[in-house]
Amino acid sequence: MTSAERQLDRTALLALPGILILLLLFIYPFLYGLFLSFEPKEGGGPANYLRFFSQPFLYNTIATTLWLAIPTTLVNVGLALPIAFRMRRNSTWQRVLTTMLVLPITLGTVLIAEGLLTYLGPQGWVNRLLIESGLASSPIRLTHNYWGVFLALIIAEFPFAFLLILSYITGIDPALPRAAATLGAGPGRQFLHVYLPLLAPGLAITFCLCFVQAFSVFPSAVLLGAPAGPTRVIAIAAYTAAFEEYDYSMASAIAMIMAAVQLIIVVAVLALRGALYRGPAGGAKG
Amino acid sequence: MAEGFGELRLAGVTRRFGPAVALDRLDLTIRGGEFIALLGPSGCGKSTALNCIAGLLPLSEGGIWLDDKRIDVLRPEQRGFGMVFQNYALFPHMSVRKNIGFGLAMRRAPKEEIRSKVGAALDLVQLRAHAEKLPGQLSGGQQQRVAIARAIVIEPPLVLMDEPLSNLDAKLRLEMRTEIKRIHNELGRSTVYVTHDQDEALSLADRIVVLHEGKTQQIGKPEELYASPANLEVARFMGYRNILDLDAERVDGRRVALRGAGIAFDGTAQQAIAPGPVTVALRPDDVEPGGTGANAIEARVEIVEYCGRDWLVDLVLPDGRTVYARSSRKVASGASARCAVPPERVLVFPRESRR
Repeated sequence: MTSAERQLDRTALLALPGILILLLLFIYPFLYGLFLSFEPKEGGGPANYLRFFSQPFLYNTIATTLWLAIPTTLVNVGLALPIAFRMRRNSTWQRVLTTMLVLPITLGTVLIAEGLLTYLGPQGWVNRLLIESGLASSPIRLTHNYWGVFLALIIAEFPFAFLLILSYITGIDPALPRAAATLGAGPGRQFLHVYLPLLAPGLAITFCLCFVQAFSVFPSAVLLGAPAGPTRVIAIAAYTAAFEEYDYSMASAIAMIMAAVQLIIVVAVLALRGALYRGPAGGAKG
Repeated sequence: MAEGFGELRLAGVTRRFGPAVALDRLDLTIRGGEFIALLGPSGCGKSTALNCIAGLLPLSEGGIWLDDKRIDVLRPEQRGFGMVFQNYALFPHMSVRKNIGFGLAMRRAPKEEIRSKVGAALDLVQLRAHAEKLPGQLSGGQQQRVAIARAIVIEPPLVLMDEPLSNLDAKLRLEMRTEIKRIHNELGRSTVYVTHDQDEALSLADRIVVLHEGKTQQIGKPEELYASPANLEVARFMGYRNILDLDAERVDGRRVALRGAGIAFDGTAQQAIAPGPVTVALRPDDVEPGGTGANAIEARVEIVEYCGRDWLVDLVLPDGRTVYARSSRKVASGASARCAVPPERVLVFPRESRR
């Protein structure tokens, strides 16, 4: 072994604290939960999983959660992309908007849900504005149903999507669209042929990260939604199992199923991304 | 696309960034087929001028006409000028073939036409073997060729090049310079070429525009600028390494008797000169240690560097100032030398105000 290689070995030791923390805080609880899920209160082995997939009350939570998570993620990415694109040139507005959008992230989902509860409620600003302006004759129900959670997810996840996409857009060499312009591409075709292909991998990552967050929605689904019905998301099912039925084994099984669904979606999106260009988004050789 | 044009006329083209004037009233008429170099140090406004022609920067004042058509109001995609960027700006997600064909695809040219024209362009820049590669897999010189091919395949009336060789190493730079000259000779496209390298400008251009702090210093053929620079800024750029502050003792027509720094010799006025403080520009090649001319300066030889064909000599004047010379004979360092300087090669300018 040369001294250079030994040096490398010693450098690798620096990763040890990180690996230890990962083992302690992620891998151990994950494996613990996995084994716990196969030790059901009644029956043996996969009984929890069999129970989950035999009761509509339980297995429907997957569809309910997806029905919230996928549309909100698509709306968020779809909204964030054009806005971030407009803001791609460094300006005062970019800084102002960025600061404004960081706030909801720092507030946390519970505070947002509490705030929205009154804001969107029958006596809230939104409904009063709608009625005063004559757009609605009676208050529109925006809380304790699907739309309450939907809006809460948009508000909570949009800044995240926006900031991620903005960083991907500003990473694209501004000479590329200029080159496209001199070659005859107007703004629309610059976006279609230059920005979009270079952004697509970043959009896929943004979609995945937003989706995972939306899929594990809990506070707003309870506070703003209808946790017994249309917004009985999978996290509520896990919570009920753990803290109302005191069936930690079942709760673990639901958590595992939750992880599996997320993993399937993420892997599918990343597989699509694999088919795209994934090099540096600059023109020159690095 | 127009095959060529009569002339491209820039009239009073001005570009301001806030209070700063990046380009100040540039007047220039480019004739069809001409190769124009915009030369100047960084920040002189040469890239600003190029971007204004390309349509990537709106003008603050002035206008640009292509024959009788006013084009400064058009967007870059409507002007149809080919542009080669300093960092090449190749689309990293497209193959070499797609990159070169991009402009034709944007013009909705038929597939067959794109194939044949891209093929011809690939041959022109000798990259047919690399057609399916991505730009990231190419060397700097190859990327440069792709950028040139991409700009000329659309058969633009005007090709714009923004310091295209500045990212290449010295050897490749020479090769690509020849390549650009060859392509220009072959296609005869009018070209505007931005550079800070006087060798590039001198070797490539039909006419050179020297810019300094946004202002046009001189426009002329390379030989004109080299032999008689209009002012000290141009002289500096044309290889006049010796810039000396001296005094004009007598002025007789254009002939000026100079004194100062412990030497006395004659020079030639380039502008109206009155006796008093002047600045003199002198090329090392025109100072000949041991030469026989009547007009000469006395100096001590300090450093002698052998350059193969000749020697670079650093001379020290009696007052300690340095004068650079080139000698075809070996001279001994430490010795005193009488150096002949032809009076017509000693350019005398009014003393420049110190910045």
